[in-house]
Amino acid sequence: MTTQSVVIGAGLAGLTAALRLTEHGHRVVIVARGAGATHLAPATVDVLGYVGGERVDSPVASFDQFFARSPDHPYRRVALAQVEAALTWFSARLAGLGYTGGLAENLLLSTAIGVARPSALVPRTMIGGDLRAGGRFVFVGFRGFKDFHPSLIADNLTRAQVPAPLTARAVELALPRDRLGDLGGRRLAERFDSRQYRDWLVESLRDKLEPDERVGLPAVLGLRRAEETWQELENRLERHVFEVPTLPPSIPGLRLFDALTARLRAAGVRVVFGVTAVGASAHDGRIEAVAVANASGTVSYPAHSVVLASGGFASGGLALDSRGVTRETVFDLPVAGAPAAGSVRFAPRYFDDQPLAGSGVPVDDQLRPVDADGKPVFGNLHAAGAILAGAVPWKEKSGTGISLATGYAAADAIRGAPVTSMAEPVR
Amino acid sequence: MNDLIRSSLDHCVKCTICESFCPVSQATPLFPGPKYIGPQAERYRGVGPSPDASVDYCSGCGICTQVCPQDVKIAEINSRARAKLWEGRRIPLRNQLIARPSVIGRLGTPVAPLANWALHNRAIRALVQRVVGIHRDAPMPSFTGRTFQSRSRAHRNGATPADAPTVVYFHGCGTNYYEPRVGEMVVAVLEHNGFRVIVPAQDCCGLPLQSNGNFPAARKYVQRLVANLAPHARSGVPIVSNSTSCGLMLKREAREILGVEDEDTEVVSRSTFDLCEFLLSVHQRGELRTDFRSLPITVPYHAPCQQRGHGIGKPALDLLALVPDLHMIELDVDCCGIAGTYGIKKEKYDIAMAVGRRLFSDIAATGADIAACDSETCRWQIAHGAGVSAVHPIELLYRAYGLGAADAPGAHRDLPLAAVGDRSTTAGNGAQR
Repeated sequence: MTTQSVVIGAGLAGLTAALRLTEHGHRVVIVARGAGATHLAPATVDVLGYVGGERVDSPVASFDQFFARSPDHPYRRVALAQVEAALTWFSARLAGLGYTGGLAENLLLSTAIGVARPSALVPRTMIGGDLRAGGRFVFVGFRGFKDFHPSLIADNLTRAQVPAPLTARAVELALPRDRLGDLGGRRLAERFDSRQYRDWLVESLRDKLEPDERVGLPAVLGLRRAEETWQELENRLERHVFEVPTLPPSIPGLRLFDALTARLRAAGVRVVFGVTAVGASAHDGRIEAVAVANASGTVSYPAHSVVLASGGFASGGLALDSRGVTRETVFDLPVAGAPAAGSVRFAPRYFDDQPLAGSGVPVDDQLRPVDADGKPVFGNLHAAGAILAGAVPWKEKSGTGISLATGYAAADAIRGAPVTSMAEPVR
Repeated sequence: MNDLIRSSLDHCVKCTICESFCPVSQATPLFPGPKYIGPQAERYRGVGPSPDASVDYCSGCGICTQVCPQDVKIAEINSRARAKLWEGRRIPLRNQLIARPSVIGRLGTPVAPLANWALHNRAIRALVQRVVGIHRDAPMPSFTGRTFQSRSRAHRNGATPADAPTVVYFHGCGTNYYEPRVGEMVVAVLEHNGFRVIVPAQDCCGLPLQSNGNFPAARKYVQRLVANLAPHARSGVPIVSNSTSCGLMLKREAREILGVEDEDTEVVSRSTFDLCEFLLSVHQRGELRTDFRSLPITVPYHAPCQQRGHGIGKPALDLLALVPDLHMIELDVDCCGIAGTYGIKKEKYDIAMAVGRRLFSDIAATGADIAACDSETCRWQIAHGAGVSAVHPIELLYRAYGLGAADAPGAHRDLPLAAVGDRSTTAGNGAQR
């Protein structure tokens, strides 16, 4: 009988763990309350962008200094070689998206509001937007598309801290008359899968570009044929063209989700959305089955191993109740780093050191959640992604890096575990 | 419960994940999207009538709720908003009519040849579109003239011992009036696996009325059905349904959307299984017969939106993986567009076809001439849009068990597999055009 493992959560960490587990011969079921942050994040892999407020040029050269400040960070639970392996694996599995980069140096890309953002691994359509060498940039927006503002980007970038001088200006185009309704990124992206929109864009831009200018476009260049569209635009405009993230939904994130789930489908993974993992039956310190609430009741998924990738506070993997107690919501695992009930949880300014930040599930070197004595709560439960204790991803620019590295490492830790047969399913 | 459904809107963080998945708002600007119409607009729906009727363009596929990471009951909120929209208005004749499949079934069955002729006559359909508002090209099933209820009363299974495990079969209106052959295959497969199958008298579950905004009538229907089923459920007999949307009505929607909260509904909800879910659980207990013959064909499989709402994975694929040489292709499109009665309406037909376009082209790309799907209206839409024969997964299992061998010679006709006896329903309008 095949070995079935259950992954809880369908964000980057869960999808990564699931795909990696299939490569170890596991049959995998993903149970998820909903989709994850892939749909919101720009689909880059940000491993380490800031240490103590200073921008990181090279993640690999900055880990020692980083760990001195953040000794309990999730990256401490995986080997550097594993982080590297995860990046290489990810790029290879998603070859169609053309990920480029690594731990040696961060690229510097513009955000949707024109801030220079360090990122380690970047999809092909964004590489041309690397700001490190400076130069001339033009950002092109579409009138009526409220999730992308080229003049804001250009204006902010001219004041951004970048290693070499750059100039940036904005151009706004009126879209072809079209029944687009409320103009969203998703609808625009579908238009760019068609030849008509590509032709229109090339024709509209030709006489508006200065020599040597790189062209930044909102990241809506298609869902199914984005790479092809991007390549064609570079060829026809004879210059670097790149996508800049928009406000959500993230179209590059949708492409990443689609590419990962397509691979999962091909590997026979079942992704069950709209259900909630609510607990487990365990024996001898091991989970035997995960209890999942669906339309009519609670069903049990037998599990050789379990990866908990249910996310942090934002996704409901962690919850702060009205009494000030922080809980892990599926298995009620011990939580570390949370301020005691009654003490200060929030600092007044967003980028202050927030007492609640960094709370999460503490794990051992196999990413197994541990109790106060450092012993694994269950021998076959591993955690990955935003639920892990010790990270402040929005300050470190480390969220996707943690998800990818720990999702990958959790699956590899499971490979090392002894294989037992499936338990009987029960309803 | 109702208040919990509505108050879930406070969990909305405006992340737009529902908007990314919504198939309808991608297809038409007339529907502004689940976030806007759901958790956002719901805040402003007060006591009086809403000035914004765009919620009526929600197809009710339910994908938004399934993908929402914050547990906001978006589709449920929208369904209730639609009912509220219609509360103060006169529901059009069309929506009253198409929402009562068992009434239509009872009217059409005795005059099946005439009714079928009319349903597929171009001139009459054009007139129906003008007068009633049902799109002239919308896929329509054919009446078979003899209901599944009637057939099942004549059915005797001598082989099943009296102490065999029992299941109650909830077949739904589609099987009863249009696809009784599917019902017979369900019974045959269950009996082949040693089950005694009870087919209680049953009427519509009320789902089409719910989708068309008539909650009071929908509640009457579902409560009557549940009252019939509850005694079986109480004695521990599982209720098995091959209609994914009607099964979901019993499992969840009666409680969460219609707000029907009573013991009968509770016990029926817990005892209801989708057919493939049930058969897979039998297999997981090691009790499913696996004496399958080789079935060397390729079949793309579409898990319909309502099937996804069960939260049970894709048991049809797990079951069909047991059949030697059967190559199933898992399609990844969320919705075919029809959404029950949505896509047959004159003003929504084009939207439904646009929603289904990717599914149709993905099916065409497989080169297969047969597709599998659990839901009846979706099968009709797939047959119509993709021009293939569309079957319930049970038909593949039935064939693989060799149970079709007992059929009359010539029943298979020209198809590698056939919706035997129901050729016109599964091929739908596609064959007519």
